Amino acid sequence: MSLVTRVRLSRFWPMLWKEFVQMRRDRLTLGMMTMLPAVQLMLFGYAIQTDVRHLPTVVLDESRTADSRRLIGVIANTGNFQIVGEVASREALRAEIMASRASAALVIPPDYARDLRAGRTATAQMIVDAADPQSSSAAMSGAQLAAAALATQIVTERAALVPPLEMRVRPWFNPAQRSAIFIVPGVIGVLLTITLTLITSTAIVRERERGTLEQLVVTPIGKTSLMLGKLVPFMLVGYVQMTVVLGLGKLIFRIPTEGSIPMLYLLALPFMFASLGVGLLISTVARSQAQAMQLSFFFMLPNILLSGYIFPRVAMPEPAQWIGLVLPLTYFLKVLRGILLKGVVFTDVWQPTVSMIVIATVLLAVSVRRFRKTIE
Amino acid sequence: MTVTPAGPSGAPAVVTRALRKEFGASVAVEGLDLTINRGEVFGLLGPNGSGKTTTIRMLCALMAPTSGSAEVVGLDIEHQGERVRERIGYMSQRYGLYDDLTVYENLRFYSTVYGLHGDARAKRLAEHIHTLGLDDRINQLAGTLSGGWKQRLALACATAHSPEMLFLDEPTAGVDPAARRDFWKSIYDLAAAGTTILVTTHYMDEAERCQRLAFLSRGHLIALGTPKEITTQFGATSIEDVFIELQRRDEGVRV
Repeated sequence: MSLVTRVRLSRFWPMLWKEFVQMRRDRLTLGMMTMLPAVQLMLFGYAIQTDVRHLPTVVLDESRTADSRRLIGVIANTGNFQIVGEVASREALRAEIMASRASAALVIPPDYARDLRAGRTATAQMIVDAADPQSSSAAMSGAQLAAAALATQIVTERAALVPPLEMRVRPWFNPAQRSAIFIVPGVIGVLLTITLTLITSTAIVRERERGTLEQLVVTPIGKTSLMLGKLVPFMLVGYVQMTVVLGLGKLIFRIPTEGSIPMLYLLALPFMFASLGVGLLISTVARSQAQAMQLSFFFMLPNILLSGYIFPRVAMPEPAQWIGLVLPLTYFLKVLRGILLKGVVFTDVWQPTVSMIVIATVLLAVSVRRFRKTIE
Repeated sequence: MTVTPAGPSGAPAVVTRALRKEFGASVAVEGLDLTINRGEVFGLLGPNGSGKTTTIRMLCALMAPTSGSAEVVGLDIEHQGERVRERIGYMSQRYGLYDDLTVYENLRFYSTVYGLHGDARAKRLAEHIHTLGLDDRINQLAGTLSGGWKQRLALACATAHSPEMLFLDEPTAGVDPAARRDFWKSIYDLAAAGTTILVTTHYMDEAERCQRLAFLSRGHLIALGTPKEITTQFGATSIEDVFIELQRRDEGVRV
């Protein structure tokens, strides 16, 4: 390393020092950076439950037989439904659902037991409040599975034969099908996106607003040290946040860590660079901190909706999937879930990694160029 | 790092030759030939848009000229920009202070950026804080200082590395008269110690305090000399009259 380079990079340290002193003083940002991991974790880990547990359910049992009670028992045992009461009529059932006292209703017709005994197909009905399509679809499939299991059991008993078919449903990676396990690794990606775009861009715009950027460029600090000094602190913050979420996730939500954690930290780098590129780009466009914030939120929305963070990308219309393809978070989520939940090795995630590197390179090239221009 | 003496000793602080800067179709500075001597307090005057800021930005090696050349403290601004910036100080009306850092932290930060560290830095800062009368305020956040104190701190930050040349871009805008008087005393002290000062201002009484003045109008140098020479040249009674006359001319108003 030449003397000149060494001198230039030595200017980077005062920037780093200054950045951390400022961070400590800025209560709001500090609060945001420390509270965000916890809030995000609780918000997305607890509140957003795409799996259905204890759906309040009423029962209209017109059969009133041992067979019908057996069916009720099987449904209650799935854990998807919680029997909250019995109703005596269709009208009463409807009233319960309309008043949102129940989200589901099990209807067993009078001839249920008779049909069953006579070897005819007995039917029972599961009514689900489909206003929330996600929970209702999960509930319906849960009910169907339970009923199918019961039917097999009954057939087996009647014929007194060994079951002709045994289907064991065994979901992989998330055996309890808990959404927290799916969501919490994603919280890391969303947090890093917020820190590295929103907080970074506002920090740079603040320097420009206050005239300190103008002052810095006339010092011998050099544009590279200036940029590094401005960006590296937030990467360090990002790693701290990542560690906090991983720790809390393990503690509170029992998130598995099947794969290599050092590899996860390493593969977080291209993602961070890509996000910093976006942050830097926003800082060159925004005229005020408020604008930088708006632009960052504008960028956050597609990230949360289209990256596969909450909603599966395969279920999206094609144009939405295309947008997802240019979001770095889409790829980082694959890396995160792959490493944490499936314990994949690098050869399994090299494709998303390459995608992140490509996106990061393009974004940084554009934003660094623009940034250099603005400080001329 | 110690501040090494300038290139060829006795070389003027600033020399520009046919300096020109274009932004697209418009010309911001046109054929500027200017020499500023060492230790001089030199005023650069002109209405808004006359090319003052562009000139300063080029001299601070932030912007390359379209054509022509310039040397600052004996160094070429285009090819030795980094070294130029190590030897100059710059203070603007926006001060460039970090409101959320204390007086001491601001000073420490800027002096470190200029390459001072360790005992040399501590010694230099202690001297500097004392000279500027900032002793009682070193732990105060810069954002809570009054305008006059902020200005004093900004000057301290801009000169923490003992620059050979100091650029002051409207440094006294919005400061009370007493603070302005103190500020000019500091400027003369710096000049007496050998620092070359280039200042832009809108206050004509300040312009009269400069040893020499240059008037820019639409990117052209139209007058150069001592305040007295310039008033005589324009047949005016004060620099203020000259300025108003020039501004009218720039705005296309016939006098």
